Amino acid sequence: MNIVVCVKYVPDATADRHFESDHTVDRVGVDGLLSELDEYAVEQALQVKEKLGDDTEVTVLTVGPEQATDAIRKALQMGADKGVHVLDDAIAGSDALATSLVLAEAVKKIDSDTSWDLVVCGMASTDGSMGVVPAMLAERLGVPAVTLGSEITVEGTTVRIRRDGDAATETVEGTLPLVLSVTDQSGEARYPSFKGIMAAKKKPLETWSLADLGLDAELVGLSAAWSTVEGTEARPPRTAGEVVTDEDGSGATALVEFLASKKFI
Amino acid sequence: MSEVLVLVDIDRSSGVAKVTKPTLELLTIARRLGEPSAVVIGTVDTAPLKAYGAEKIYTVDDADIAGFLVAPKAEVLAQLVEKASAAAVLIPSGGEGKEIAGRLAVKIDSGLITDAVDVAPGDGGGPVTTQSVFAGNFTVQAKVIKGIPVITVKPNAVTPEQSEGAAAEEAFSATISDAAKGARITASEPRKASGRPELTEAAIVVSGGRGTGGDFSEVEGFADSIGAAVGASRAAVDSGWMPHAFQVGQTGKTVSPQLYVANGISGAIQHRAGMQTSKTIIAVNKDDEAPIFELVDFGVVGDLHAVLPAATEAITQRKG
Ligand SMILES: Cc1cc2nc3c(=O)[nH]c(=O)nc-3n(C[C@H](O)[C@H](O)[C@H](O)COP(=O)(O)OP(=O)(O)OC[C@H]3O[C@@H](n4cnc5c(N)ncnc54)[C@H](O)[C@@H]3O)c2cc1C
Ligand SMILES: Nc1ncnc2c1ncn2[C@@H]1O[C@H](COP(=O)(O)O)[C@@H](O)[C@H]1O
Repeated sequence: MNIVVCVKYVPDATADRHFESDHTVDRVGVDGLLSELDEYAVEQALQVKEKLGDDTEVTVLTVGPEQATDAIRKALQMGADKGVHVLDDAIAGSDALATSLVLAEAVKKIDSDTSWDLVVCGMASTDGSMGVVPAMLAERLGVPAVTLGSEITVEGTTVRIRRDGDAATETVEGTLPLVLSVTDQSGEARYPSFKGIMAAKKKPLETWSLADLGLDAELVGLSAAWSTVEGTEARPPRTAGEVVTDEDGSGATALVEFLASKKFI
Repeated sequence: MSEVLVLVDIDRSSGVAKVTKPTLELLTIARRLGEPSAVVIGTVDTAPLKAYGAEKIYTVDDADIAGFLVAPKAEVLAQLVEKASAAAVLIPSGGEGKEIAGRLAVKIDSGLITDAVDVAPGDGGGPVTTQSVFAGNFTVQAKVIKGIPVITVKPNAVTPEQSEGAAAEEAFSATISDAAKGARITASEPRKASGRPELTEAAIVVSGGRGTGGDFSEVEGFADSIGAAVGASRAAVDSGWMPHAFQVGQTGKTVSPQLYVANGISGAIQHRAGMQTSKTIIAVNKDDEAPIFELVDFGVVGDLHAVLPAATEAITQRKG
């Protein structure tokens, strides 16, 4: 089986994330890393490979700036077999529609070498947090999307997940080829071992441009975006209020007084 | 005026199908942008749709839709957008709503904005959205510039306003392709109703974290004394103490209530992402250096096992 895992290089959530003057996310000035939520996707892909046996190949695919190679490298260290980095200046500022278009063309190109069976995505990127790319990618590839899985089984050509929805816990099934997305409840991602780190250095990593994908640069990037940001504003920091220390019940009393003063009780 | 499609969200948890409050919020927003047309997939009592301003109600038989994930719903909306020459489509945010919106945007080659916390008509009449990003640290104004705006809106974005609509019902028969039926729901176990307010809609949310040590009864008791919904940190969910549906944060729910009370929660950035825009924030934590205290309007440094039961008792007594 051939598995493609889509991973995104994102600004570190614990760093000072901000916007550029053109209202795009600063992806270069802030330390970045493999989106933590995509580590779960890599993990599930590797688990499928381990269950099915050796001839299964896991390709890591990312669309992003030069540093995004770090995200691929990390996934290769975890155990993925090869990497594809779609890198093109024209891609900067792309929205989800454009990103999904580039990903879809890249998956098709991977397919022309070795046909793909399963695309695995994370539940959302930790910066954009839209959670729409997997559905869009499936729409563009014309395949089912089995999304937000917290437990994943692959049997023959059937992919089955547990999905913890708001209203119900569901079992959802689809037949390969399809796009799967997995949540952070699907099981901790492994750390790269020393052996994994050494092995990753020799794994193939290809870089493709838009031209390699046969995509017109006019179709992507900030100037082609389907939506535009008119303004960004930092939320005023919250100012810390009164903090009391509980001594023999004084904390509860003060808490109740505060609630009453704000008319919550 | 042109039609603004609103995908109606239906709550079936009580056994009776009901239109949800976020749907009424969407109708209120739709009235700002044009003439609201509610899209009902399946059956539900449509009286609230009329009361909150739906001029038209498209009803779609769900025989070919109910057993599948989102793809058929996106096909319904794409066909309706064309039929009604819709000016915009509003969909409730949430895992399912965002996926419907994503597929729809690709189908009709239109811009998509997710998780809006407000939508207003812009200069040219087209909608301008407000979003809260980077864990709530920034607000962003955006608009769609290609195609028919597809917007998913978070719960509590606006207060629903009553306004009698014509509510002309029209049955719409959509053509669902076989390709859209590729993701089948083979089993479904409805969540038990907790009897408490819905987490994302509640005016007050009381949450517990790792500091509860696994016993949520004190958090729940306190929540009940002030009529609150109960939430949890991921640490509490990962430990199996609360179901994932209660998780607040980046990979759980985003809440923006009048009051949020965090108990035994340290205040990691991913948790903040789900609660930072709450009006008033209170924390109870035994560590006076816990980052959650940077956010609070009021805080108690102390053991939640002592503070919460005492506060619950005092509140119950006040109520007499
Ligand atoms: C990609 C990603 C997504 C994530 N998404 C989420 C998310 O959606 N929601 C979320 O919450 N987290 C999320 N996290 C996890 C987050 O980083 C934190 O690990 C988590 O929020 C910690 O939960 P906590 O505050 O309950 O536990 P801890 O950080 O362990 O804090 C427990 C707190 O309880 C206090 N305490 C202990 N005993 C008592 C007592 N008896 N009385 C009072 N106080 C006490 C301690 O002082 C401490 O401050 C995510 C992480 C990642 C990487
Ligand atoms: N630039 C990208 N490169 C590769 N995969 C991506 C990219 N953007 C999004 N994805 C995938 O789509 C998922 C959801 O992303 P999003 O819709 O942006 O929240 C992520 O978890 C990734 O698996």
